[in-house]
Amino acid sequence: MSPKPFAIPGGIHPPGFKELSNGEPIAPAPLPELLVLPLQQHIGVPAEPVVRVGDRVLKGQVVAKPGGYVSVPVHASTSGRVVAIEERPVPHPSGLRAACVVVEPDGEDAWGERVPLPDWQSVEPSRLRSAVRDAGIVGLGGAGFPTFIKLSPGPGKVVDTVIVNGAECEPYITSDDRLMRERPEEVVAGARIVRHAVQARRCVIGVEDNKPEAYEALRRAAGEGVEVEVVPTLYPTGGEKQLVRILTGREVPSGKLPLDVGVVVQNVATVAAVYRALERGEPLVSRVVTVTGPGVGHPRNLEVAIGTPVAHLLSQCDPRPARARALVMGGPMMGFALHDDAAPVVKTSNCVLVDVPTVPAEPALPCIRCGSCSRACPMSLLPQQMYWYARAKDFDRAREYNLFDCIECGCCAYVCPSHIPLVQYFRFAKSEIVSLDRDRQRADLAKSRHARRVERLEAEKREREERLQQKKKAPAGAAPGAVSEDPKGAATQAAVERARAKQAAKAESDTEAGS
Amino acid sequence: MTPRLITPSSPHRHGEASVRKVMLDVLYALVPGVAAYVWFFGWGVVVNIALASVVALASEWLMLVVRGRPVRQFLGDGSAVVTAALLAVALPAVAPWWVTAVGAAFAIVVAKHLYGGLGYNPFNPAMIGYVLLLVSFPKYMTVWPAAEVVSGHPVGFLDSVGMIFAGTPESVPFDALTGATPLDYLKVKLGAGVSVGDASASPVFGALAGRGWEWGSIGFLLGGLWLIYRRVITWHIPVTMMATLFAIALVFHLMDPARYASPLFHLFAGGAMLGAFFIATDPVTASTTPLGRIVYAAGIGVLEYVIRVWGGYPDALAFSVLLMNIVVPTIDHYTQPRVFGHGRA
Repeated sequence: MSPKPFAIPGGIHPPGFKELSNGEPIAPAPLPELLVLPLQQHIGVPAEPVVRVGDRVLKGQVVAKPGGYVSVPVHASTSGRVVAIEERPVPHPSGLRAACVVVEPDGEDAWGERVPLPDWQSVEPSRLRSAVRDAGIVGLGGAGFPTFIKLSPGPGKVVDTVIVNGAECEPYITSDDRLMRERPEEVVAGARIVRHAVQARRCVIGVEDNKPEAYEALRRAAGEGVEVEVVPTLYPTGGEKQLVRILTGREVPSGKLPLDVGVVVQNVATVAAVYRALERGEPLVSRVVTVTGPGVGHPRNLEVAIGTPVAHLLSQCDPRPARARALVMGGPMMGFALHDDAAPVVKTSNCVLVDVPTVPAEPALPCIRCGSCSRACPMSLLPQQMYWYARAKDFDRAREYNLFDCIECGCCAYVCPSHIPLVQYFRFAKSEIVSLDRDRQRADLAKSRHARRVERLEAEKREREERLQQKKKAPAGAAPGAVSEDPKGAATQAAVERARAKQAAKAESDTEAGS
Repeated sequence: MTPRLITPSSPHRHGEASVRKVMLDVLYALVPGVAAYVWFFGWGVVVNIALASVVALASEWLMLVVRGRPVRQFLGDGSAVVTAALLAVALPAVAPWWVTAVGAAFAIVVAKHLYGGLGYNPFNPAMIGYVLLLVSFPKYMTVWPAAEVVSGHPVGFLDSVGMIFAGTPESVPFDALTGATPLDYLKVKLGAGVSVGDASASPVFGALAGRGWEWGSIGFLLGGLWLIYRRVITWHIPVTMMATLFAIALVFHLMDPARYASPLFHLFAGGAMLGAFFIATDPVTASTTPLGRIVYAAGIGVLEYVIRVWGGYPDALAFSVLLMNIVVPTIDHYTQPRVFGHGRA
């Protein structure tokens, strides 16, 4: 278990609190009264419902089909009846509602037709990809990017390494840890399938050294063609770019994907879902969720049907009475707070943190330029400078300091002795820049529209005047020299010529600009 | 009852660090050096620290009130006491009370708060206070108590208090207890054509540098190493500054040992060690990038030597630090680290 030599800059060692829940075996959570299935549980286009209110659905049946290319279907996570298709609270940082299919379980939990693809080794990678898409699989580590797209490198891209991310570096979360301990064969088999799908040579599962049981279990299950590597426990080792660096020594260039350095990264839960989809024909209808934190008396790892409201999960874990409660979906470093405990568990929900002490103990002091933030930054940024410019709303300078390379891991804010909410400043600056860029684009569009309109109007006017002139000319043609004597006619003539000259000049400059 | 949901944004956890803890660590780290000073020069340094702290806190309070800032939060951050302590340690242990008071007040009111308070001051406040006193009251700034072993008179607590507040010690004549600093002494002697070797025969010199002073420097070195261990400071500034000072001193010493003191003398004399670990490392006024810190500290090392040897003042810590403070924004701009994923440097 020797740690790999490749190091990443920065990183922090926050207390793990994994022991609260890492001894709890995965237990199935009972079904709630209503399952709420958001149409968008992934990055991309929302799915479109294919069922109607009143329809009976079976477990694993598609209730919504992909709404575009970057989209995956949504499946019923148990059998029952569709009782509503409406906007409901969903787990999203905005706290806004979104369209959901609501299913009332019938208690039978009856599967629909399951079509496994056990001979995946002999089928074309493209068939594997569509099977993965049909199963509704997205990145279960938190990002929720449709997995089949990651399995389609595209022309000219060669993937030589598949990395399976078992780092689980955020404090508190133990769902991946338990999955690796209890179902290592699923993870390993899923890793093999993914490796086949992208035709990679190498397949590495990276596990942080604070999970020796998971490492041992995987190593026993691994067999040929799948390596299991220990990575040092350091937040944010589980960040995609960080893990690629640690395990391969390759550095994903700014603004690019691991794909650009020949690597595909998948979370352990995602590859386990791929295994279930292909070997058993089960689409993604459940996932392991850690429910933990000081607000629950009995932290647990639960196998939860997608769509189970968080309030129902909480009731399984002996919640402590509280007047004010903070429910964070995800970890304490990057998770977001829920606005409503009716929001359901979705495909990307790996953890529900209950009442993590959230408010900073002290109000922020001015920056003392100590540089702790830049030492902690895993991207080698200068958070202190970015903060300075974000605060001054000097967004161009903030961008010059590579604001958009920030992964919002929170290391800088964690170590800041002045307790400055750095990540919030960076999010603010990023969204301001994006909206300013959009405004600028709109303004440019409006400007070019306006220019074209002026041009068109001038052309119309010119045409009218020419017609008028010709009409006038016709009778005047009988008396040569009349035109030059007509002052109005001369003025019109001059105007027409001016316009022509302008037009010609403009055309010239346009072609110049275009060339 | 359904609990009300609160919705903070990530990250939701914070580490242990705080400005107050940083400042307290700096104060703790001063203890060994201060203890050595007390041993050799009497209690004056402690009296000065106490006096400067009281004045600094009062000035801080006044400025916070005038500027309408949260008083309790900023008074408690510990930064004013650190400024006061660093100034007091740099002052002669027999400086009259009003010298210390003026320096501390000027450091806080002008050098710190008129520039915007904590985090905003471009110049090291303690050094601004020191330089003000040095150019305004040179008479009081160049007279240090002689180490007890030199004067032959033990300096009691009451002697120190007497010298600071009344100008006269309890029992013995003032002149018997005080003298020029070793650096000053050496400068005068070298100016008069005496060689380093002959000058060092004076009892004011110890094994490495000035008697007593060298132990103070060793104390600051220990405290500084502890600060690195505690990650309050990084190695970049102290190591670079000392290495630069050592290297230049070595070159000149080898060229003409009679005219240029040894590199070890320079490291352990005067304020070099205090400066390397405690003054130059002040985060607010130092460069903030790793490479920038090296450039910044090297600049201080060079200036320190140049001013000591060829300048008008025997020691040069304050001037070197302040001069390098001026160029910090430029250094920071040109020493940005390579961002992950942005091509190999």
